[in-house]
Amino acid sequence: MSELQKRQIQLEVLRYNPETDTAPRYQTYSVPCLNEWVVLDALNYVKDHLDPTLSYRWSCHMAVCGSCGMMVNGEPKLACKAFIHEYGDQIKVEPMANFPIERDLVTTVEDFITKLASVKPYLIPKSDQPVSAGEFKQTPAELKKFKQYTLCINCMLCYAACPQYGLVPEFLGPAAISMAHRYNQDSRDGGRDQRQEVIATDEGVWECSFVGACSEVCPKHVDPAGALQQVKVASTIDWYKEHLMPWVKK
Amino acid sequence: MAKSNKPIFWGLFAAGGTVTAFVTPVLVLITLFAAMRFSPALFTYEYLHAFAANWLGKLVIFGIILLSLWHAAHRLRVTVHDFGVRADTLVAYVVYGLAGLGTLLTIIYLLRI
Amino acid sequence: MSSKPYVREMSKTTWFLSQPRYKRYMAREVTCVFIFAYTFLLIVALARLAQGPDAFQEFLNALRSPLGVLFNVAVLIATVYHSMSWFNVTPQAMPIQMGEEFVPGKIIVSAHYGAWAVVSLIVLFLGV
Repeated sequence: MSELQKRQIQLEVLRYNPETDTAPRYQTYSVPCLNEWVVLDALNYVKDHLDPTLSYRWSCHMAVCGSCGMMVNGEPKLACKAFIHEYGDQIKVEPMANFPIERDLVTTVEDFITKLASVKPYLIPKSDQPVSAGEFKQTPAELKKFKQYTLCINCMLCYAACPQYGLVPEFLGPAAISMAHRYNQDSRDGGRDQRQEVIATDEGVWECSFVGACSEVCPKHVDPAGALQQVKVASTIDWYKEHLMPWVKK
Repeated sequence: MAKSNKPIFWGLFAAGGTVTAFVTPVLVLITLFAAMRFSPALFTYEYLHAFAANWLGKLVIFGIILLSLWHAAHRLRVTVHDFGVRADTLVAYVVYGLAGLGTLLTIIYLLRI
Repeated sequence: MSSKPYVREMSKTTWFLSQPRYKRYMAREVTCVFIFAYTFLLIVALARLAQGPDAFQEFLNALRSPLGVLFNVAVLIATVYHSMSWFNVTPQAMPIQMGEEFVPGKIIVSAHYGAWAVVSLIVLFLGV
């Protein structure tokens, strides 16, 4: 069996210690990597052997938990999905854009959490049913309608990529609105009107200008950009119904 | 948070974007040929006047110009914001005002044919 | 919670220069300036059409200048870029579910390009 290819990588990491620093600064580590490694492996090597003070979030190491989002050479990536073989010998690692830096590669994500909660990302049944009424039935076609949007792992790479979120911090953002769309498209759900209170505002879906960067960086191929355009279409139809046919009950 | 009034402008933007995507390139090709002196048969006074004299022709011309105007106006509003100008209400009045002016002029001229 | 979170500033005027995908987005957005201008050209043409054959001929003469050619070429590039970027994203904005599966994006996009070609040919040869 042939030996795995070794590579010496210069990892340029943006550091920030809120207790001692006034501004972030770069620190470069020389890391012996294998070509099959991911950036997360390189970071773990730094923490284990070179600098235990380096702080970053990670967990599953297999792109399902959404913890390790960061900027790798200026591109929003999961560190566990950024393969060393994709890069040259100099790799720049920074915390996710558009979020405040808490410490080193750790960002403050409260804004996203609040916004996600505000869209009521849970099933709101059309009417209260007792347990004795039995389970919800759903055809494969009905499931397919929203399945794609269930794959979101809340990694926030889409927020790091979205320039409108960067320019207008009040923007609800791609993942939150996609999650609303996931429930709106679910045949078991009846909560769309409640979600529209938050979605159909200027800071809701209407801040989106379909840059499409969110879908380009999404590691789970959720296509939030598509979801948001579909939400715009539905919201526009709503608007015409409300204004041209106000007598029609929702 | 109040619901936005953007839907009305976005609906026109989307419809206009679709119409301009299909129709504007060939129209530009025609005016380009006309500018290069290869006037296509369409772009003569006789043909265009006959087309616009017909009520259906008027409707087609009005539809294309109206949707092109409101598509471009809404996109321009967003673009100006993207270039860093933070005066959205003023910009909206200006761009939609221009689109409105264009709409009015189109109606006036079409009614004169 | 951090004692002192650091907020990185984003330039409101030059942010799009930092990534190729942002530059492509701005190029797409800027096509609206050309389409807006061209539509007003059409309105002028309409005005001249309403004024009579002599006025329309004057309009044609004015169009037949280096500026007229340059303007149309610029608009042509812009409007073709608009069309392509519009058609390419249509499947994302309006997915079509038939039975269980969604119609593949490639089919929706090709149908648009096909219709674009047909419409263009029809209009180009109107009056011939």
